[in-house]
Amino acid sequence: MVEWSDQERSIITSIFASLDYEDIGPKALSRCLIVYPWTQRYFGGFGNLYNAEAIKTNPMIAAHGIKVLHGLDRAVKNMDNIKATYAELSVMHSEKLHIDPDNFKLLADCLTIVIAAKMGTAFTADIQAAFQKFLSVVVNALGRQYH
Amino acid sequence: MLRDKEKKLIRELWERLIPVAEDIGSDALLRMLVTFPGTKTYFSHLDIRPRSAHLRSHGKKIVLAIAEGAKDISQLTVTLAPLQILHAYQLRITPSNFKLFSHCMLVALACFLGEDFTPVTHAAMDKYLSAFAAVLAEKYR
Repeated sequence: MVEWSDQERSIITSIFASLDYEDIGPKALSRCLIVYPWTQRYFGGFGNLYNAEAIKTNPMIAAHGIKVLHGLDRAVKNMDNIKATYAELSVMHSEKLHIDPDNFKLLADCLTIVIAAKMGTAFTADIQAAFQKFLSVVVNALGRQYH
Repeated sequence: MLRDKEKKLIRELWERLIPVAEDIGSDALLRMLVTFPGTKTYFSHLDIRPRSAHLRSHGKKIVLAIAEGAKDISQLTVTLAPLQILHAYQLRITPSNFKLFSHCMLVALACFLGEDFTPVTHAAMDKYLSAFAAVLAEKYR
């Protein structure tokens, strides 16, 4: 089981409490599709992804980014049992969506960078470490049920 | 490989960052040491507490090398030849750590540049740092 210090818990809950999902969600997903273009393979039905501008202004991608970001809410509420919390979601990503689990880390990295850009120097090394620890537990849980 | 537009973007960005090399470099280093504690094993000979003189001077050294490489990316193998030898025969840093440092450099740049660290800039920077790391490790084996 993952051990969380009180400080780490409060960092994670505070980041998500003040998160603007409608802003950060679309930015994180579109950044992933731009920086790691092979991830576009999972978005065949999402319309125009022809260049960075198209991706950034694509409303389907924006909506999906918000949905994915809200997907993290359950992990924030169940930090002591993220693995179990995401078991079903992991099965879905494997059996239905067929997403290579290595890509979860790429999206997590983009989310980290979007939040860093938003928070500036307030995104200290300690906060980064706690946030990345949280995301790596989520990423692991999402890949756990693949076989 | 980096396109001409990307090379220009990277070259100009790093030129702008040379005056703050110490700040960006020490920030990226500290982020790496705190987020990925295994990397601390390479620094037992230095004082790596936040804002230490060692951290600042070492961070500055790294950023200046990255900035130097950015001046002419097509010549990376030539520019980095001495550093290749240093890393291969003396430092022998496990190459997976270059990725960890590169990621923390991207985070440091995001904090510093805010909205100016656009997805296009991020993509070009990621490509450049990957190329830099690959060249650095070329003489390992």
